[in-house]
Amino acid sequence: MSTQSVPRPDEARRVPDRLRSPLGRLLKSWEVLLLLVAVAIFVANSFASPYFLDAWNLSDATFNFTEKAMIAFAMALLIISGEIDLSVAAIIALASTAMGAAAQAGIGPAGLVAIGLVCGLACGAFNGALVTGLGLPSIVVTIGTMSLFRGISYIVLGDQAYRGYPPGFAWFGQGYVWWVISVEFVLFAVFAVLFAILLHKTNFGRAVYAIGNNPVGALFSGIRVARVKFILFLLTGLMSGVAAICLTSRLGSTRPSIAFGWELEVVTMVVLGGVNILGGSGSIPGVVIATFVMGLVTFGLGLLNVPGIVMSIFIGLLLIGVIALPRLWAMARRE
Amino acid sequence: MGVFKRLMTGAAVAAAMAGGAQAQDDPVRIALVVKALGIGFFEAAHKGAEEAAEELGNVEIIYTGPTDTTAEGQIEVINSLIAQRVDAIAVSANDTDALVPALKKAMDRGITVISWDSGVAPEGRQLHLNPSSSPLIGNMIIKLAADHLPDGGEVAVLSATTTSTNQNVWIEEMNKVMGDYPGIEVVATVYGDDLADKSYREATGLMQTYPDLDAIIAPTSVGIVAAAQAVVDAGKVGEVNVTGLGLPSEMAGAIESGASKSFAIWNPIDLGYSATMLAYNLATGEAEAAPGAEIPMGRMGTLTLDDNTEGAMADPFVYDASNIDEFKSIF
Repeated sequence: MSTQSVPRPDEARRVPDRLRSPLGRLLKSWEVLLLLVAVAIFVANSFASPYFLDAWNLSDATFNFTEKAMIAFAMALLIISGEIDLSVAAIIALASTAMGAAAQAGIGPAGLVAIGLVCGLACGAFNGALVTGLGLPSIVVTIGTMSLFRGISYIVLGDQAYRGYPPGFAWFGQGYVWWVISVEFVLFAVFAVLFAILLHKTNFGRAVYAIGNNPVGALFSGIRVARVKFILFLLTGLMSGVAAICLTSRLGSTRPSIAFGWELEVVTMVVLGGVNILGGSGSIPGVVIATFVMGLVTFGLGLLNVPGIVMSIFIGLLLIGVIALPRLWAMARRE
Repeated sequence: MGVFKRLMTGAAVAAAMAGGAQAQDDPVRIALVVKALGIGFFEAAHKGAEEAAEELGNVEIIYTGPTDTTAEGQIEVINSLIAQRVDAIAVSANDTDALVPALKKAMDRGITVISWDSGVAPEGRQLHLNPSSSPLIGNMIIKLAADHLPDGGEVAVLSATTTSTNQNVWIEEMNKVMGDYPGIEVVATVYGDDLADKSYREATGLMQTYPDLDAIIAPTSVGIVAAAQAVVDAGKVGEVNVTGLGLPSEMAGAIESGASKSFAIWNPIDLGYSATMLAYNLATGEAEAAPGAEIPMGRMGTLTLDDNTEGAMADPFVYDASNIDEFKSIF
């Protein structure tokens, strides 16, 4: 790993006496920038469409990103540690298929949740074992398991669908805790806090940064690199399981094409959130704001009936813009 | 400043609209939701919807859909349509079941929901518009052959597989109406398994076994193209007429060479037109969707709903030398 804790060239020449404060300032500025983008989009949307500022509509809009965001939190940690998991959408398909088969056998909501979580964990463990046990590159392993997990769903289901989930199961994806606050949104908020604490306030989180910056150095510092990475794959699998429960409950049915293509949207959220794709830096608040940015953009453009293709172009430009802006600013300042 | 105020204004507008006190000159907004944007078939349906809107006047068509054919993408589109409080949603669904919760929510908020082309489970829509029905298709495929055989003749059927449900039902329906076409005799039914090469061999075999064969009926888009090629290769253009169900883009060559005089499939323009008419009539309260109801759909006549609140639009549309050029670029 050639990645060092010098994400910007201009700061490389200054040797800081204390490492944390400039790094902290950098992260803060990224989040502030994103927050400004989010506010700008919010204001633009409320002027562009008379339907935007409506509590129920905004509540509906959160469903467009809450499930993906829950995976993005775990994915952020994994990418900070220098690994990636592209099989997350396929894990959703497999976990959803397992829950569908169980529902068919008459298992109740609690049992279905357990099956979804266990299936996610098992897939995560499989990825983790291949990456940390055999030392294979995670991008290759998870491209492989992406086909494997979804392939199993296709073999089980073919062109059929599982439906007839027990009535109580709909609570996770269609239920509301209070007024317009959906169950999914509460889960999203709770996991955001949990992952923020895990990454920013625990030894484990510090180990994740250390591994991402210099895995060999981390190993010689007494960090059990393989074990931390394995746990991160488990977490990503688990969060995919949670997303599978929410999405299956929201759709009320399972087809093998469920959540197709989500892995790229999840990675986009993470990168937009300021996580370095090469590992070593990033924050959960950044990812949280990024999920809102993406959710607001797609919903706002949807209200104006902008075709999905144009929407993808917009998201792409936004991603490039937000990443390029600090670089351009730094270059301009140097001259 | 003002976010809270705007929020309240938004809520007030919502309340006013939900109250049903809609001004007279507000257009009826009908959303035509397709499986994915950029597909010729659906672009043609959009054309039909605009035609219906023009005829009705005071109708705004919102043509939309996801980038790829996923249920999740369609749900996002439907959520944004619910937020815009459109008057009606007419959807060709990517998934029979997955759209039901989203569409139920739309109906709960007073939006008319119908499905067309590719249906939604009954609890997620008010009615479903099928492009055609099995009896109509069964009758059409034999009629296409008989129209060019005024003195009767021998015809053979080239089907898909022995277990293809659709084809078997259509052939069964065809056999029921054979009495209406005196002099026409079905001499054989063979199966090309919806594979181009096997269909080609079976068609060639038919012409060798029955030298007096006058027509091959292929109610499958793979079989009809293969049979037309077999007729051309055997030098029997003009002697053996290939007909059945096919896609204009794939059949344009066969029409040009004369191997096929005509064939049929649904017309996407009529489909979009009818879906819009139905959505309009339900949304304005001029008709109600219930089993047995008859709902007018402009120049396409009326739709009669069965016990599942489904209905068939019309006979499959006939394509021949006169209109193939117009449609071959569409689908």
